[in-house]
Amino acid sequence: MNQWEVVIGIETHAQLATVSKIFSGASTAFGAAPNTQACAVDLALPGVLPVLNKKAVECAIRFGLAIGAEVAAKSVFARKNYFYPDLPKGYQISQMDLPVVVGGAITLQVGQGEKAYEKVVHLTRAHLEEDAGKSLHEDFHGKSGIDLNRAGTPLLEIVTEPDMRSSDEAVAYAKVLHALVRWIGICDGNMQEGSFRCDANVSVRPKGQAELGTRREIKNLNSFRFLKEAIDYEIQWQINEIEEGRKIQQATVLFDPDNGVTRVMRTKEDAHDYRYFPDPDLLPLIISADWIARVKSELPELPRQMRDRFINDLGLSSYDATALTSSPEMADYFESTVAIAGKANAKPCANWVMVDLAARLNKEGKELADSPVTAAQLAGLLLRIADNTISNNIAKRVFDALWNREGATADEVIDKQGLKQITDSGAIESLVDEVLAANAANVAEFRAGKEKAFNALVGQVMKAAKGKANPQQVNDLLRKKLIG
Amino acid sequence: MSLTLEQVQRIAHLARIEISDAEALSTQGHLNGIFQLIEQMQAVDTRGVEPMAHAQDLSQRLRQDAVVEVDRRSAYQAVAPEIEAGLYLVPKVIE
Repeated sequence: MNQWEVVIGIETHAQLATVSKIFSGASTAFGAAPNTQACAVDLALPGVLPVLNKKAVECAIRFGLAIGAEVAAKSVFARKNYFYPDLPKGYQISQMDLPVVVGGAITLQVGQGEKAYEKVVHLTRAHLEEDAGKSLHEDFHGKSGIDLNRAGTPLLEIVTEPDMRSSDEAVAYAKVLHALVRWIGICDGNMQEGSFRCDANVSVRPKGQAELGTRREIKNLNSFRFLKEAIDYEIQWQINEIEEGRKIQQATVLFDPDNGVTRVMRTKEDAHDYRYFPDPDLLPLIISADWIARVKSELPELPRQMRDRFINDLGLSSYDATALTSSPEMADYFESTVAIAGKANAKPCANWVMVDLAARLNKEGKELADSPVTAAQLAGLLLRIADNTISNNIAKRVFDALWNREGATADEVIDKQGLKQITDSGAIESLVDEVLAANAANVAEFRAGKEKAFNALVGQVMKAAKGKANPQQVNDLLRKKLIG
Repeated sequence: MSLTLEQVQRIAHLARIEISDAEALSTQGHLNGIFQLIEQMQAVDTRGVEPMAHAQDLSQRLRQDAVVEVDRRSAYQAVAPEIEAGLYLVPKVIE
């Protein structure tokens, strides 16, 4: 596989977070009874006219600004013509020659640890368009059922340059884009409900060849796992074809997740001829510099900027800072924790949020928003670790107690359950003396040079103290007594 | 520029219009007549003229993002040829 270079470009349809449709006042809420949210405009009844939703345009402006793109002062809606029962007008209103967002770039971290590297993916464009309805092909005695609730839902189609070189880069891009659209509040990112769907254009070429190979487009990937599996399968399939002397035919394919394979949906010969032309029902969209400036002033700190701040101001590693800015919820929880626990505790805050809290949420299948332990409670716990009231080990017990709502604050739990660390050196010393007297064998082993015996003694003291003795003090006292 | 008979038939197919060979022939004549008009227009020197996306030099009016439509499914479906469970039924289509 070394002699082949993989080339991937991605098109993403992000459903915009509006309450009404892009060209009508019908609701976009998910899950309504079929066709109860399809109004005369969505149904393309005679005489109706589209009127553009301002919020959808504002979402596009936000996105353009967030990726450093040009927001077009003038853009044009066009008709994309094809026949399908879930497209009542016989055309989809989209943008062709003059899209609302041009250019821009997204920077990714790919991989972890020493092999991690930074990658810039350039964007070609992003344009506004309407979604089609939904066709149901089962159980209608040989007919198809059409639900037009989704028809007219606003979408932003985001198109990259063919910049990615592996499925890992493609998935990293999709994840960063997914986080970004949620971060700036333009899309809820719900992949199960189809709010964020990716098409991947994949081709391979011999390394060093400037010309691109023939691409095949994998349609409608609605999970990061399917995106990776579909691309990996497609790459291997294309390489095999070429190595066996066959040519790749340009085609649109679908991924079958049950069998892990891609299947041809249509080839170039029967590719659609969409006959785009400017929609005479819609005038050009003019976006003023004032409007762009206002949207810019309302934009939140972006994940990338926040990540850099975490690295520079809080001293976090690039890996931690990237993980903590992977979703607005995570970043918000972390920032709230640090706000109370203090900058000096930023690293323990990061560890607890990313490791202990994340593991517990994961184990119980909960989202961060539903965490029984609030940021304020976690910060309270971390403050007690920092001031030596409790050790890290006891802290895990306090965390469990907070999770199970056995107390409102870490202080309350520590107090009620008597978990305060023993730091009184007299008390620790008497425990150490007891343990030394009762474990002559370990003492002898340690004096014979076995460092392991020392750890056994520490363990005994901690056990005698029910885990509450300050570990550093135990260590120091034991060593002092043993070595003299 | 003029259209071949095959192109006329392809356009008819894309528009899902069934035409006979005789109709294709007469349509070819009509369309090529339109092309002659276009050729005359293209002879005009338009250098320095910015293309317009619309015949009127106005910009798109925008509406506030608010739900103003109510559910009128039963009225719309009263005129549909076939419905079931709130869905419009159509001849089976699977691409």
